[in-house]
Amino acid sequence: MDHLLVAENVSKRFGDFTALNNISLEIPRGSIFGLLGPNGAGKTTFIRIINQITMPDSGRMLLDGHPLRPDDIAHIGYLPEERGLYKSMKVGEQALYLAQLKGLSKAEARERLKYWFERLQIQDWWGKKIQELSKGMAQKVQFVVTVLHRPKLLIFDEPFSGFDPVNANLIKDEILQLRKEGATILFSTHRMESVEEMCDYLALIHRGHKLLDGEVNEIKRQYKSNTYEVGLISNEPELLRKELEERFEISETEFKSINDDLKLKIKIEPEASPNDLLVYLTSKAQVNHFVEVIPSVNDIFIKTVTSNA
Amino acid sequence: MRNLKLIIKREYLARVRNKAFVVMTFLSPLILVGMIVLIAYLVNLNAETQHTVAVSDESGQFVKDFRDSKDVKFIDLSAIDLEAAKTIVREKEYYGLLHIPAVKENTIPEIQFFAKEAPAFGFLSQMEKAISDKLTNRQLLAQGIDVDLIEASQAKVEIGIQNFSGEKTSKMSTYVKMFFGGAAGYLLMMFIIIYGNMVMRSVIEEKTNRIIEIIISSVKPIHLMLGKILGTSLAGITQFLIWVILGGIMLTVITAIAGIDVFTLHGPQQQAMEQVSDNELRQLVIDIARLPMALLLVSFLVYFIGGYFLYSAIYAAIGAAVDNETDTQQFMLPVILPLMLGIYVGFFAVIENPHGIVSIVFSMVPLTSPIVMLMRIPFGVPWWELAISVGILIITIAGVVWVAAKIYRIGILMYGKKPGYKELYKWLKY
Repeated sequence: MDHLLVAENVSKRFGDFTALNNISLEIPRGSIFGLLGPNGAGKTTFIRIINQITMPDSGRMLLDGHPLRPDDIAHIGYLPEERGLYKSMKVGEQALYLAQLKGLSKAEARERLKYWFERLQIQDWWGKKIQELSKGMAQKVQFVVTVLHRPKLLIFDEPFSGFDPVNANLIKDEILQLRKEGATILFSTHRMESVEEMCDYLALIHRGHKLLDGEVNEIKRQYKSNTYEVGLISNEPELLRKELEERFEISETEFKSINDDLKLKIKIEPEASPNDLLVYLTSKAQVNHFVEVIPSVNDIFIKTVTSNA
Repeated sequence: MRNLKLIIKREYLARVRNKAFVVMTFLSPLILVGMIVLIAYLVNLNAETQHTVAVSDESGQFVKDFRDSKDVKFIDLSAIDLEAAKTIVREKEYYGLLHIPAVKENTIPEIQFFAKEAPAFGFLSQMEKAISDKLTNRQLLAQGIDVDLIEASQAKVEIGIQNFSGEKTSKMSTYVKMFFGGAAGYLLMMFIIIYGNMVMRSVIEEKTNRIIEIIISSVKPIHLMLGKILGTSLAGITQFLIWVILGGIMLTVITAIAGIDVFTLHGPQQQAMEQVSDNELRQLVIDIARLPMALLLVSFLVYFIGGYFLYSAIYAAIGAAVDNETDTQQFMLPVILPLMLGIYVGFFAVIENPHGIVSIVFSMVPLTSPIVMLMRIPFGVPWWELAISVGILIITIAGVVWVAAKIYRIGILMYGKKPGYKELYKWLKY
């Protein structure tokens, strides 16, 4: 597969503290890659190494097949988690300054900023100072500055924090659009819904170690437990429950339903077919609800992290 | 390089457009000139009042020797009883009453001065001198010595100073050199403190604004630090030039309007000038003209840039290490201390002996050399000493900037910690 960014055995220590321990990752071109981990896992250090803010103690980072070079900065757009702008500087001036630092010419930066400001309908802010804007407004400006130089690799660290739902959606759509236009996106977050929704790949790091990585669906398949959620209607629900208990591993569960069902989670042997289970159930009761329990990223996250604690 | 230029430009504009900068730049000369005018006015006001002093000379030997002057008018109340004279002085609000009791020949009278307030020091010594002279002369006469003969035989010696290359200097030139050297050193210290603080605040601002990580993903930390220092120094030079120009214009205009002669302001120097002959006054002008002005200016620039760089790198590192300005206190002492030391060494050791061992050592030690060397330069410093001093300074700057950049690089991305020196030392090894 074609990888835009490859990390090879990257390690980083600060004094006695190991921030990253032999991390290897491959980020496919054109993907949305979720970098997950609890606070202090080493996500930010990893991202800072990509941005050449910090140097790894050992291992290397390859962008487009070559080790990172100083001028690669122009191909990376980074929206840090801790982000801010100069308070007393005007929005337009500031955006121009940051764009020029990324290597754009002034004229080019101005032209592209005009496009983005119109697109996000924030043209009126050009002459305003940042201190006159709300936090969410300032975040929009930061987003524009991050993507303005059309980087191959976009790194968003908790991009939605600070946005209201409307603007969060707007930014999400823009990110998806950027991917469509060929950008590769690295997400760092501990908000699992956004990973679930947007990411094709993910890696989970915890205390500097990589616990798992791969395609989101593949990981989910690995973590599925052959459990099915069923809603049954029977004249004698207690008798049915006992009968099921003898044959399968079951547990109570809860889901929305208009009927007064017997709601259960049923686990079958990995080699058993769900069809057989369904046939068996239909012979015993009326089946209103039959769904495979797919582990959410959140479940996988919690399960992996706690089992490695 | 392109980014460094962008940063310098931004930093420069950010400083210069700051309202406080504009206000300070244009208000300071006004305040300064206003103060000079005020002081001049007050001095003149003080000098213009003529005091009236009553003299009650019971001996009758001294009263004729007091002559009215611009400052003092004497009234002879010797005919009246002392208590009555006191009442008159009090009622008429005279400056005071000088009482000389009747005494035997050749004894020193116990002279009293009665006044509502303690009299000016200068006035008292003037009185004392007049009376002592008179008494001395009288005693000499009593011993049969001709006073005129003494006068005639008094020899006045003046040691003319001349250096080996044959240039003559006056004693005044020492004052001139002290003044120019001291002013340059002091200016340098003020500039370092003010603009170093500006660099530090700007670093802290970037940290608290959290823009630092956005910037740092585009530029190297060292570029950001250097750009900040350079941009701020340019702002400082701008301010300095505006001050020089504005101050010059305003001083000229105001003195012209108010009709105050600026040269009468320098009290002690004025007296000194009266004492020296015309010839020496001319020598003073020559002395000023003969100061190594070009060297002084060039070295001011060199030491200014060097000293400023050295200290603002330290200031930048301090700014990066802390989260807010209150946390900077613990690191400020080591910065202020050498500066103060430089100033004190300059004002005491250098003036005492510009080529003494203390002066030489402190003009080599990099943290004090900019100030101390600037104070020494008017007294003439061999070129090789200058070269060594500047050389040490440059090497130190390189070292300090290197260390500061390391602390800066780590510090700007550290939040929530209030680091001590131990922590900073650890950062050097990251």
